[in-house]
Amino acid sequence: MDPYALKTLNAERRARRAAILVTDLGDGRDRIVREGDQVAGELGTAIARAFRSGNSGSVEAEGRTFFLNAHLPQPRLVVIGAVHISQALAPMARIAGYPLEIIDPRTAFATPDRFPDVVLHAEWPEDVLKRQPLDSYTALAAVTHDPKIDDFALKAGLDANCFYVGALGSRKTHAKRVERLLALGASAEQIARIHAPIGLDIGAASPAEIAVAILAQTISAFRSRVLDASASRVQVDARPSVGVVA
Amino acid sequence: MSDSIYLDEARDPLIIAEGWMKEGKDVAIATVVETWGSAPRPVGSHLVIDADGNFHGSVSGGCVEGAVVTEAMDVIGSGKARMMEFGVADETAWQVGLSCGGRIKVYVERLG
Repeated sequence: MDPYALKTLNAERRARRAAILVTDLGDGRDRIVREGDQVAGELGTAIARAFRSGNSGSVEAEGRTFFLNAHLPQPRLVVIGAVHISQALAPMARIAGYPLEIIDPRTAFATPDRFPDVVLHAEWPEDVLKRQPLDSYTALAAVTHDPKIDDFALKAGLDANCFYVGALGSRKTHAKRVERLLALGASAEQIARIHAPIGLDIGAASPAEIAVAILAQTISAFRSRVLDASASRVQVDARPSVGVVA
Repeated sequence: MSDSIYLDEARDPLIIAEGWMKEGKDVAIATVVETWGSAPRPVGSHLVIDADGNFHGSVSGGCVEGAVVTEAMDVIGSGKARMMEFGVADETAWQVGLSCGGRIKVYVERLG
């Protein structure tokens, strides 16, 4: 492996950006391809597929055998609101492979006692997200019901192109939220990306059931996410069928 | 958010390999490039080895790491990459094998 390729790859991984190490198994030469880099021909098609699926593997192209090692950032979930729903969501998301963090400036809610073993920030989203920005491999769920806390984070999630943005609240609540987000400078197209009311429609009633609906919608969004890398915004073609809509 | 949430740097084979390289050590990187049947580690998994035989990561559940480390010593010496294939343990054909019944192909190359 080329030392420069290893350094570049590790830098991309540390920065939570997707990258693929392409190795020619014939002569051992390798190079890093970043999401959005244009690669022509059969190899380019295989690289695009690997970015979407995250799967590594060998590919025959141009009469040679290449190994594509896909390094996609771990998807994660940032929840605004240390509420009852979040208490159920935290362990479920961890099990599903979506490490979760909770932000809530209300210190009565954001207590380690209510959230054992959860990364918890008892601060305003403005302060936390300045330090630790959102990105396209992060899902954002705003569940405080309080515009003072939710709105900034929602706008930040849209601007950072989070793969999922969901907001708790009825349609009526959301209509008011849309007006506030427009006033904050969000575009109508951005706002249309917000899942509200939040969660897959499984008829969830209890906080734990709503947590299931949010997690399922997050997974669905990740597996069907649109890559903005290519000019022609390709939809993931490997979307598994979902058969749990009740 | 803190680095540890994203990358477990103390146990991440590629981060460790880069660290070894910066210390001036000779390093080999082994990568699972193909699996058949039940294989303990997915395609893309790494084992990294230094010239003293220290290693981090894994390419199997521990069944074939010894053989890969031995091969890595040769690869570090010669600079020539090798492809290794491991199958089910069979005393007549294999010195080491995968007790799980799978087969894997491991690419071993020198860093630099």
